[in-house]
Amino acid sequence: MARKPSKKPSSSEPEKPSAPLLEAKGIVKYFGAITALRDVNFHLNRGEVLGVVGDNGAGKSTLMKILSGLYAPSAGQIIFDGGPVAFASPREARNIGIEMVYQDFALAGNLPIFENIYLGREPGRRILGLTIVNHAQAREMAKEHLERLKIHVKSVDQPVEELSGGQRQAVAIARSTAFDARVVIMDEPTAALAVKEVGKVLDLIRGLKDHGVSVILISHRMDDIFYVCDRVMALYHGANFAEAPLAHTSRNEVIGWIMGTRGHKDSPAHDRVH
Amino acid sequence: MLANPEVAKFVERYGIIAVVAVMMLALTILKPDVFLSITNLTNIVKQNASAALLALGMFVVILTAGIDLSVGSVMALAMVSLAVANRAGYSWETILLIGPFVGIAAGWVNGAGLTWLRLPHPFIMTLGTLNIARGLTNLVSGGAPVSGLKPEVRYLGQKTYDFGIFAPPAGIPASLFLVAICAIGLWFFLNRTSIGRHIYAIGGNPQAARVSGIDVNRVLVIVYVICGFFAGLAGLLLAGRTDSGFPNAGIGAELDAIAAVIIGGASFFGGRGTVLGVLAGVLIIGLLRNGLNLLNVSVFWQQILIGVVIVAAVYVDVLRRRAAVRT
Repeated sequence: MARKPSKKPSSSEPEKPSAPLLEAKGIVKYFGAITALRDVNFHLNRGEVLGVVGDNGAGKSTLMKILSGLYAPSAGQIIFDGGPVAFASPREARNIGIEMVYQDFALAGNLPIFENIYLGREPGRRILGLTIVNHAQAREMAKEHLERLKIHVKSVDQPVEELSGGQRQAVAIARSTAFDARVVIMDEPTAALAVKEVGKVLDLIRGLKDHGVSVILISHRMDDIFYVCDRVMALYHGANFAEAPLAHTSRNEVIGWIMGTRGHKDSPAHDRVH
Repeated sequence: MLANPEVAKFVERYGIIAVVAVMMLALTILKPDVFLSITNLTNIVKQNASAALLALGMFVVILTAGIDLSVGSVMALAMVSLAVANRAGYSWETILLIGPFVGIAAGWVNGAGLTWLRLPHPFIMTLGTLNIARGLTNLVSGGAPVSGLKPEVRYLGQKTYDFGIFAPPAGIPASLFLVAICAIGLWFFLNRTSIGRHIYAIGGNPQAARVSGIDVNRVLVIVYVICGFFAGLAGLLLAGRTDSGFPNAGIGAELDAIAAVIIGGASFFGGRGTVLGVLAGVLIIGLLRNGLNLLNVSVFWQQILIGVVIVAAVYVDVLRRRAAVRT
């Protein structure tokens, strides 16, 4: 499927290279009487890996679901590549290049790898609103794409249910980047993985950056954040709490942000006991 | 299991055909003069054609981990509606369209009820339409059979082609061609089109389908419409074969359709199964009935045996899957 042309004719050469790729201003989200997000501001720079941290219920996932088109914000504005955007569905967000990778992979286990990568966007001829899928082409495209990302699988015909957790996450990431994605949002991509597979997925995220993809990484694991991110921001009780380039902060400070304390440069008390 | 994965895959895919072949061989040995007679084979095909259509429709629904209990009633409603239209003197072209149309309408109601009313499970929605369609069938027909159809209306259900080699009434039934066309069409739709692949994806993981941008509700409506369409077409065949519309037709036919799909190797939990397997499942039930009839086994025993075959078929599947997981 063809991408919608970008609104700006010279999007490959933006006038202000420093302008963020994706920005959200004054985002508010109510669920009935509950305020999930209050006046949240957010920005993601070009080619950046941004870590988003916060305790459970801090609003991370809600913000990401708004950015990926799953929820509509109650108030606020989203700006992508310099122009305001509004998404009626995840599909619309995908059409401009914002993709999401889910913690539980969101793959169909009964289908082979290549079909999962192109699920919903199968290559082929369109006749009367129906796509006659070209499986051979999809297979080739999948092979090339996986090779580009340095993901190794036995065969793209393998059903996903035969893969390990790490391999599944790799397929999910491959799917998110199959159609020149510009932003990939990852919600706890390592939470469901075996320890030995976490490193491979983190390297894959670093690889995305080399391909010019901006990444938003939600994670509880400081190791993940400090391994791949350029910048980290914290939400607390549905509002902006703190943010800093990674070089200007420390694990302990970020852990402090998650718990709602600022300027916490020391080790947490329990680290100092002995 | 088997040492060679290629062989294992082949057995998994075509093993069910071997079961059909073994059954035919056994019946040939037990009843050499009757079973392989062209009259008997013609009969088997004719009698199972509408069951095959119902099973094909049910298969599409079961692929999405759904179920359609209404197909038997919808088939009866289609059958009686076209018989009543025939009595009222409509042209045969119109009457031919009534069967599929009734089926599509019923399927749309099922799909819409499931997605718009968000009923928790298709079992409930289609249990409702099972009763509604059966009630409508009796209402339309006044509860009595309507017989005597135009020859054009009977054609698909009754016609056999002797091709100059078979002695009439034996021959290749038109209904066999219809089933073959439907099966090939369905195979193409499920395996080669995007919506077909989305149906498998929804059966595998509906959440994955949703976040992939697939309009799951739209696909589900299409699925139930397809199932209804096949039920309507089955009604047309049955009406043609019996030259009538009778309001008690197809009671319990939905359960035979489910049985055929499951015996044919489709997973009740969605996402797995093949058109070829479904046709084999229909044939296994059909051959079992036919063979036991030829052997003068009572219908009560036939029912018990079919029950045993269902359980055995699924158990073999469970064993096979367990073996596959271990390797």
